[in-house]
Amino acid sequence: MNALKTILAMALLVGIIAATPEFKGYEVGDTASDFRLKNVDGKMVSLADYRDAKGYIVIFDCNTCPYSKAYNDRIIALNKKYASQGFPVLAINANDPDLSPGDSFEAMKSQAKRKNYDFPYLVDETQDVARTYGATNTPHVFVLDKVYEKTLKVVYIGAIDNNSRNASAATKKYVEDAVDALLQSKSVPTTKTKAIGCTIKWKNS
Amino acid sequence: MKSILVLALLTVGSGLLVAQSAEIVKIGDLQKLIEKKSDKILVMNFWATWCAPCIKELPHFEQLTTSRNDVDVHLVSIDLDLDPNPDKVYRFIARKKLKSIVYLLDERDPNSWIDKIDNSWEGAIPATLVVNRETGKRKFVSKELKEGELEQLINSLK
Repeated sequence: MNALKTILAMALLVGIIAATPEFKGYEVGDTASDFRLKNVDGKMVSLADYRDAKGYIVIFDCNTCPYSKAYNDRIIALNKKYASQGFPVLAINANDPDLSPGDSFEAMKSQAKRKNYDFPYLVDETQDVARTYGATNTPHVFVLDKVYEKTLKVVYIGAIDNNSRNASAATKKYVEDAVDALLQSKSVPTTKTKAIGCTIKWKNS
Repeated sequence: MKSILVLALLTVGSGLLVAQSAEIVKIGDLQKLIEKKSDKILVMNFWATWCAPCIKELPHFEQLTTSRNDVDVHLVSIDLDLDPNPDKVYRFIARKKLKSIVYLLDERDPNSWIDKIDNSWEGAIPATLVVNRETGKRKFVSKELKEGELEQLINSLK
């Protein structure tokens, strides 16, 4: 009888787990969690390592996606412009290297070296960070505002600007507008945008 | 005379290259296709020549085009978002001998049109919209479809 009860309870539990909707990642306004990921130099990096940061520009990116290539120089420029003002860029590659060999850790190292990255390029091997944040595309930007000590708020999710093909033709620079607003203690003008991009190459589960 | 011959050959050659073409469309055209009254199920797939998972799932859509007459398959290339020259897409269509209808979406600002296809779409491709244009019922998926999944989607809207 007890065994039957256990089986029933387990069946119920499985039912509940199966019925729970899939976690969709962060929305603007959510509190973001820190992570600890391996950088191309072999060292582990966390957001908390940046004690003086006012916030962060977290970008899910990769080597191979044509959109990542098109935006690469713009990502490098974002760090050059904003790291010194307290908003460093952290790039994260979550692509499964089995599905996308050009996004292996070795390939990440060459990419960072070739383009002289002066920001971390982190590997999300378990894909947990990408899932937690709700990243779907590359490049996919999350601007975080450090509200207090370790409290981080998501203030912008989306694209870098509104012209993938040509940076100088972009009429909206979403990420710059968001960070500029934060630097002036103003509210972010556009908090969420969508853009065409490559899907993150999720491991086959 | 010689140059005319060369020119003629070139013209024939380029004609062969773009034997099967694709119409360049705007988001409004796609909306018209989605809303058009029809007893056929609409399958609209968003893809690009650079997208490996898109190309992997293409045979499922081609299979549908050749095997079912109760379904309209539209393959919408978003290649033009990055590259203004459509030739790469024309060559791809010719090389793969695609039988489904292909459109080239010519829109500059994805944030202005992605929601018009589906609110849940973040813009990653491949993505596929399936619509029963009699009942208005629709399903949208933003992932690579495996063998059989497309038929399941269609049948769920019947």
